[in-house]
Amino acid sequence: MTRQMTGAKMVVQALKDQGVDVVFGYPGGAVLPIYDEVFQQNDIQHILVRHEQGAVHAAEGYARSSGKPGVVLVTSGPGATNAVTGLTDALMDSIPIIVLTGQVPTFMIGTDAFQEADTVGITRPCTKHNWLVNDTKDLSNVLHQAFHVATSGRPGPVLVDIPKDVQFASAEYTPPQKARTSHYQPQVKGDMQSITDLVAAMETAKRPVFYTGGGVINSGPAASQLLRELVEATGIPITSTLMGLGAYPANGEHWLGMLGMHGLYEANMAMHGCDLMINIGARFDDRITGRLDAFSPDSIKAHIDIDPSSINKVIKTDIPIVGDIAHVLEDLLQVWKSRGRKVNREGIQKWSAKIAEWKKVDCLRFEQKGAVIKPQHALARLEALTKDHDRYICTEVGQHQMWAAQYLGFNDPNRWMTSGGLGTMGYGFPASIGVQMAHPDALVINVAGEASWLMNMQEMGTAMQYKLPVKQFILNNERLGMVRQWQQLLHGERYSSSWSESLPDFVKLAEAFGAKGIICKDPADLDDAIMEMINHDGPVIFDCLVEKHENCFPMIPSGEPHNKMLLGDASTKGAIGSTGAVLV
Amino acid sequence: MSPLHIKKGSNKHSAYNLRPNFSDTTERHTLAVLVDNEPGVLARVIGLFSGRGYNIESLTVAEVDHTGHTSRITIVTTGTPQVIEQIKAQLGRIVPVHAVHDLTVEGPAVERELALLKVEGEGDKRVEALRLADIFRANVVDSTLNSFVFEITGAPDKIDAFAELMRPLGLIEIARTGVAALPRGL
Repeated sequence: MTRQMTGAKMVVQALKDQGVDVVFGYPGGAVLPIYDEVFQQNDIQHILVRHEQGAVHAAEGYARSSGKPGVVLVTSGPGATNAVTGLTDALMDSIPIIVLTGQVPTFMIGTDAFQEADTVGITRPCTKHNWLVNDTKDLSNVLHQAFHVATSGRPGPVLVDIPKDVQFASAEYTPPQKARTSHYQPQVKGDMQSITDLVAAMETAKRPVFYTGGGVINSGPAASQLLRELVEATGIPITSTLMGLGAYPANGEHWLGMLGMHGLYEANMAMHGCDLMINIGARFDDRITGRLDAFSPDSIKAHIDIDPSSINKVIKTDIPIVGDIAHVLEDLLQVWKSRGRKVNREGIQKWSAKIAEWKKVDCLRFEQKGAVIKPQHALARLEALTKDHDRYICTEVGQHQMWAAQYLGFNDPNRWMTSGGLGTMGYGFPASIGVQMAHPDALVINVAGEASWLMNMQEMGTAMQYKLPVKQFILNNERLGMVRQWQQLLHGERYSSSWSESLPDFVKLAEAFGAKGIICKDPADLDDAIMEMINHDGPVIFDCLVEKHENCFPMIPSGEPHNKMLLGDASTKGAIGSTGAVLV
Repeated sequence: MSPLHIKKGSNKHSAYNLRPNFSDTTERHTLAVLVDNEPGVLARVIGLFSGRGYNIESLTVAEVDHTGHTSRITIVTTGTPQVIEQIKAQLGRIVPVHAVHDLTVEGPAVERELALLKVEGEGDKRVEALRLADIFRANVVDSTLNSFVFEITGAPDKIDAFAELMRPLGLIEIARTGVAALPRGL
């Protein structure tokens, strides 16, 4: 049976056949035929954002929290260029999203037509793959391939550019089952010999550590489950990157906390002192490694990753394993069990005692005293009052993001949405909208700084229009806090353009959108205010006025290895005592 | 105010301290990349090299299977062993790339390049140019009373050598195709 239909109808049909139920977008001239088809059906809900960047971040939030790909529909020219930041963000953090862009008609491409941009040219370096569809008969095939590429292997963003005449013309629709199978089939099974080598190393290691990343989350719930089983069975301590939080529960016995530049003392010391490092789905990012020539000097390094280009990129790996985390961990567990479930008990016992000593440093301790709320205190209270809820956390980028990673506990995967690789200020608010769309009944909180939050504040309109009760928890220090911190430590306390002047009254701003605004500046009022936020049925802007000059610690100063951490302002003063040390 | 005193190349002051401690001896490798011949595929490959700061010494591309629409891109590149490995892994990530072969490590390979050289001259120089062309098995493909265009095929260093000899004999223009390569044997 042939099914003739217009290109515009094909788009909607392909989305339905791929199981899409929500699309984030913004209409314009070059996508009107598709919007016309979206209007005439009820299976796919369209969420009208207020800026195309918001649409892409919302789709990212949807994807990260649900494990399903996020879909975006925007117009040509400015619609496409506004999507570029979100595409790059998704590429850096390996988030599967499909962006559909309108394009001027094929016969006008190259004429500098109204709202024309070379969309596939502009987005080539910031997508996993992209397509310009020149003929309606290719469209359904390309759309199905786009879903395949976005979601298989290392996930990532893809873009399909659809000229307006291709949307109007008719051709036969190809359903997903009949779509041309792409030769793109990344390897998912790991090499058994390498897996056995890793098991042998695990059996004898005296000071092993798991270093896990976003790849575990991306691999799916089975990967997190297998990781937990492996950690519990072996007793090997585990740390994670910012992207991997929640794969192993924060309340788990072997949890060391996050590692890296603002990671926990015990996590970084364990990385520095280990004799076997098992990297699972992380990529030795520069925020993790610190100084490369002093990075974990005495360890054998194993690296499990689905992307061969991540292996041996910056750190030489002794045991490389290319494959999907869930598949590799399943084989790894099986081999380990069949060889008699051996670990170096005595070694690990001593290692755990050493780690317990490091934990006693209590690197996250802070003192809440006086009349001003410490940002750490605000997050500690937020954690205490929300941890038993069905809770999803998004963040913007900066100090608040690091504090959120340090003071909030994530016990399940897909509960933590943050811009890691690209570090996109303005990510969190639209992402929280996408998360709430995927989980309508959950408590969705965006932990923000006032400066980041203002970057996409127009999305208040979206939250109100679709009655999405997202909570915007703004730690307001009237500063670009992380920039200010670096300027204090590295640039002689010259605070160049790092304070927020002319801030809005956030309560009035919320009210202007018809939402609820809460301001809190007294530590004594904090708990009540947070409860008021949680209990309000609707979007809330929570303006939490916090200590203005608080710095984020622990911190590995740049150019230093893991064991040279600064633990607080006192150690910082020492570190920048002499003139040369101004550089930290 | 305290001055910063930052030495060039220092990584102490920077948020970026990536200085991989891999070997810094560079190698020259010839890569054969089999790709779907679709719009933009060459831009993807070249964009990868420019975006990540890799070198391209020569690059040739043409469709080699007209029914399957696959093209073969031959790239000669230089880099440290670690960079060469990265280049191959990154090329392998490009969706329309079917296979990446490192002909330099996969066994002996034949490398050939074609060049056209225009040489201007009269009298003895003209005779000498013709004599050398004969030694290098270069063909005359165009001739006027005071110029020749030679066509020469060979490994890149043979073409380099021929061009060097032609320079004092009146070489005025040269066009080279870049390297095409195939592994030897089966």
